[in-house]
Amino acid sequence: MIAFDRVSLHYPGGQGGLTDVSFRLERGELAVLSGHSGAGKTSLLKLIAAIERPSAGTVTVGGEDVGALPRQAIPYLRRNIGLVLQEIRLLLDRSVFDNVLLPLTITGHPPADASRRVQAALERVGLGGRGGEMPLSLSGGEQQRVAIARAVVNRPSILVADEPTAHLDADYAGDIAALFRSFHAAGVTVLVATHDSSLFDDAAPRRLVMSHGQLAEVA
Amino acid sequence: MKGWLHQQAGAIVRALRHLGRNPLGSLLTAIVIGIALALPAGGLLLLENANRVVGDVGEKPEISIFMNMPPDAAQSAEVERRLTDLPSLSSFRYVPREEALEQLAAGGLQDVVSDLATNPLPDAFVVTPAGNDPAAFDELAEQFRAWPGVHTVQLDSAWVERIHALIDLGRQAFTLLAAILAAALVVVTFNTIRLQLMTQRTEIEVSRLLGATDNFIRRPYLWTGMLQGLLGGLVAWLLVSAMINTLREPVANLATSYGASFALGQPSLAEVATLLGVAVALGFAGAALSVDRHLREAA
Repeated sequence: MIAFDRVSLHYPGGQGGLTDVSFRLERGELAVLSGHSGAGKTSLLKLIAAIERPSAGTVTVGGEDVGALPRQAIPYLRRNIGLVLQEIRLLLDRSVFDNVLLPLTITGHPPADASRRVQAALERVGLGGRGGEMPLSLSGGEQQRVAIARAVVNRPSILVADEPTAHLDADYAGDIAALFRSFHAAGVTVLVATHDSSLFDDAAPRRLVMSHGQLAEVA
Repeated sequence: MKGWLHQQAGAIVRALRHLGRNPLGSLLTAIVIGIALALPAGGLLLLENANRVVGDVGEKPEISIFMNMPPDAAQSAEVERRLTDLPSLSSFRYVPREEALEQLAAGGLQDVVSDLATNPLPDAFVVTPAGNDPAAFDELAEQFRAWPGVHTVQLDSAWVERIHALIDLGRQAFTLLAAILAAALVVVTFNTIRLQLMTQRTEIEVSRLLGATDNFIRRPYLWTGMLQGLLGGLVAWLLVSAMINTLREPVANLATSYGASFALGQPSLAEVATLLGVAVALGFAGAALSVDRHLREAA
């Protein structure tokens, strides 16, 4: 499902990046990516969503060589990946409902079906009755839930999250981790970058530990 | 097809939302576009009206041949014979000097005519050439001047040709002005869309991360440009119609004072459609240039 084969990523100026990273995640696996700040976790996730292209090696997602994809094909790759960013990046001038609706608008879903899916996604993250509210009226944890609902509303086969529990207190972080575990239980391949991998202990995830741009440990 | 229509409908809704977010700005932009379009459109329409007047008058150019004094019947007969033999004439009419004097008197100069001891007017021929080639008319006039007994030849269409030349000059000037203003309108739309792209940068970036194609991002901005052009075109139409309505009565009065009947015409349906089409096309061009540049930079 996701495979890195001797992947390196060098940014201009030589800052950060990845060096010779190899691992493989099978369909339906849950993996936790941890490591110190600047270890390369975000870079690794960006390579999966083709936000960055590898400088060397091969990144394969769902059988596609991401590095070789033409620019026009990248949107279609991303439609199959639920992406939860470190910055929540909700559209503040749109309601919660409209934020979650956006991926379905992009893929051209019929309005009636799209509305049903948005409502289902909001209920899944515990915000069923909050669709009409504006993002700024929600707490940080609730905004993160909206971002997760937006990521899964298209029913992607892969869910990738970058520090989704950062800046949240322990209760909210536990709730968010439980959401990811539930998606994993539903058969979605989940890769979560986090400082606190213990949140996922009871799901027995694969553990990828990054250090200074290299994969230090795979367990 | 249904999917395509659905996508376009969604893009139009998003474009209307773009315009609705800043209604005053959108209105002012439409007015600027409208004024810029109204200038050449109104000018060209006035020229078309002038052309219509001149065209009506100038459709039958005439050449007047005045014979020598004192009158010589033999020379007049010779000229008549030559005119009859000429194939390049539509018609000609002999105007004897007595008839010319009667026309003069009937034209309001009865007092002057009655004071004359003798008829000072020569015999004349009024010739209507075939075709509408001004150069051929000049050649004919030259030919007539060389005939025996001919004193003066007057080409009556010369003034019409001069006005035609002036109208052509005006048309070229307004076309040039239209081209310059069209470029300015593309720049105005380009800048308006660029500002929208800057304010909606987050939405565009998030949409890209969620799998939006360039076409999905481009579509509402193209519609915004086209709708803004359409609004500008409608403003231009209103301005031109108001101008015609304002000038209609003074122009009609002026025509009446010359014994003529003429009313300024409003733009035809085809002309309005052309105006709106050009406005929409210019809006599309400005928006396309702007959003494509933005997408290139973002890539």
